[in-house]
Amino acid sequence: MSVMALAHRRARPAARRRQHQAAEATVGWLAVSPALILLICLLFGPAAAVILFSFTDWQLGASTFRFVGTENFAALWADPPFWKALINTCIYVAIVVPGTVGLGLATALLIEASPSLRGFYRAVHFLPVMSTMSAMAVVWGTMLHPSIGLVNRTLAVFGMTGINWLRDEHTALLAVALIGIWQGFGFAMVLFVSGLKAVPQQLYDAAAVDGADGLFDRLRIVTLPMLGPVTMFVIVLTASRAFEVFDSVRVLTQGGPNYASEVLLNRLYSESFDYLRTGYGAALTVVYLAIVIALTIAQARFIERRVHYS
Amino acid sequence: MAEIELRGIEKRYGEVPVLKGVSLKIQDGEFLTLVGPSGCGKSTLLRIIAGLEDQDAGEVSVGGRTVDGARPKDRDVAMVFQSYALYPHLTVFDNIALPLRTRRLSFAQRLPLIGGLLPGRTGIEKTIRVEVEQAAAMLDVAHLLHRKPGQLSGGQRQRVALGRAMVRHPTVFLMDEPLSNLDAKLRVQMRAEITALHRRLGVTFVYVTHDQSEAMTMADRVAVVIGGELLQVGPPDELYRDPRDLKVAEMIGSPKINVVARGHWADDRPILSAALAPQTKHLAFRPEAAVLTTPTAGLPGGTVTDLENLGSDIFVHVALRDGSETVVIRTAPDEPRLSLGRAVGLKVDAARLLQFDEAGRRCGDIEQVAA
Ligand SMILES: Nc1ncnc2c1ncn2[C@@H]1O[C@H](COP(=O)(O)OP(=O)(O)OP(=O)(O)O)[C@@H](O)[C@H]1O
Ligand SMILES: [Mg+2]
Repeated sequence: MSVMALAHRRARPAARRRQHQAAEATVGWLAVSPALILLICLLFGPAAAVILFSFTDWQLGASTFRFVGTENFAALWADPPFWKALINTCIYVAIVVPGTVGLGLATALLIEASPSLRGFYRAVHFLPVMSTMSAMAVVWGTMLHPSIGLVNRTLAVFGMTGINWLRDEHTALLAVALIGIWQGFGFAMVLFVSGLKAVPQQLYDAAAVDGADGLFDRLRIVTLPMLGPVTMFVIVLTASRAFEVFDSVRVLTQGGPNYASEVLLNRLYSESFDYLRTGYGAALTVVYLAIVIALTIAQARFIERRVHYS
Repeated sequence: MAEIELRGIEKRYGEVPVLKGVSLKIQDGEFLTLVGPSGCGKSTLLRIIAGLEDQDAGEVSVGGRTVDGARPKDRDVAMVFQSYALYPHLTVFDNIALPLRTRRLSFAQRLPLIGGLLPGRTGIEKTIRVEVEQAAAMLDVAHLLHRKPGQLSGGQRQRVALGRAMVRHPTVFLMDEPLSNLDAKLRVQMRAEITALHRRLGVTFVYVTHDQSEAMTMADRVAVVIGGELLQVGPPDELYRDPRDLKVAEMIGSPKINVVARGHWADDRPILSAALAPQTKHLAFRPEAAVLTTPTAGLPGGTVTDLENLGSDIFVHVALRDGSETVVIRTAPDEPRLSLGRAVGLKVDAARLLQFDEAGRRCGDIEQVAA
């Protein structure tokens, strides 16, 4: 009797612990289930559907479809507008990233240098970030209008004749890219300002004693290296945003003229919703996703390796 | 030739005065420590000498030349910072080489990429390499030259910071609590290394610390700064023996000097009350300036509340009779062991009793009054 009681008592804590763990696991699953369900419905499900569609000839609204294997991808490969869009997207990224980082850093340094103007600067530069791109694109559209636009009128004051920026094959992509820079550099600037705050004053003092007290030397020896991690973050963020450029192109140029400002996402949208070639659009989406994922992995690797000092 | 002279240095941050007229002359080749409690303005004073901060009033001269308004790099001073302030992205070699590069390479030669192609750069880089290696060897960090500061221990970082300071042979070394981030053992070791370095270089060292034992053991002279004022400057033993101010007496020496309000002693009718100056308000004596006796009527005394045995000495804490004050007395370990709660008498060496007035200034030295 007493032995049994003892065994019983010894067994109980273990059993209770097991029970407890099970209860905890249940609660855990319950807690994540809303997020999980949403994730499956909104992200994994559609992604799987897109991959599925990319192997079919389904058209939006059609009641039947058939599997066509890799036909869509082959069509993509042979489609000049796709390559044009891919190249343009890369050019867009190559202009917007350095432009945003450079302009953001320059304004951040300006703000740090003149405390009195801080509030004003911040409001002015952060405004673009806060407003929606499509609304702002309309404003830009008016500004760049060939005859009544502010840009060409300003040029006229100086005796120059402006061109139709958004309708000219040579300038359409550039104009869109400049708008992209304008939109993004305020955010970059805010990140740089906070990064500048974290640079220890002692390093500037040490640099001054070591003879590095000019603007250029201070930047080279202290500011820029200490901003390394922030810069990396800004680059990654700007690059991934630039890669998904869409609304400004859609509103301002629709990818024209003659695909001069065509970008991947606009191509995708046109194929899927203007021409209703859903299967083809899905294949494009898959390619786009693959590129984005590859870039993300590459960036993560690079960042891990490069920018941690201590 | 690098004596430093400070004349009436004042500094305010907003309305708050931080330095209230500090005048000080530091000899060429001297090792002077600035010691004082946290927030007393030591770093501010050092930064003013370095040129990192501008004074509101007063003058600084280095090597007989007034340097007010001169930029730090034009003052021929080097500085070692509390948290080392090494450039984290540069190797140890590049950290140490930086002061030489900024001085010897032209603007164009310092440019990244293009700079390396310009004529003359290779030759200069070669001499820089030799000098950096010399400095590194002297500080025993030659094997670390290719590492980044993040891969070094605290002591090694401090040595690299010293190397960066000494590589261009400045005539003045300024150090702001360079050892405070190190552990106790390493601190003692680095103390010795820094004093050895001073002897070897023979240049002026100004060393800021809030650790009085650091100040006492390292310096030729110690300057005590409290509340933005320079209270006393002198060799360590003079400050210890002959403090001119109660705050100085309390700052210097460990354990702290015993301070007793005059009332206690009057009640006890100590033998020396006749010799006290009329304005004396506080009496102070070092732990070794008194001996314990058996309780004696007419002598101050109290009960033992604590014993600190350091091996070489035993510090006996004695609560004075009315219990409001405790004094610490040093006894030799071979004296008969006391037990807690024992009643003891206290006999203070009258010649080593210090008197201070209401404001904390020294007054009525025993010898003078007795004479
Ligand atoms: N930039 C500043 N703005 C306002 N007050 C300051 C500034 N720098 C220092 N102070 C004040 O000046 C006083 C002296 O500062 P300082 O750094 O010289 O002290 P310290 O003696 O070096 O102290 P610690 O031992 O803690 O380093 C402090 O009360 C501090 O709060
Ligand atoms: Mg300080």
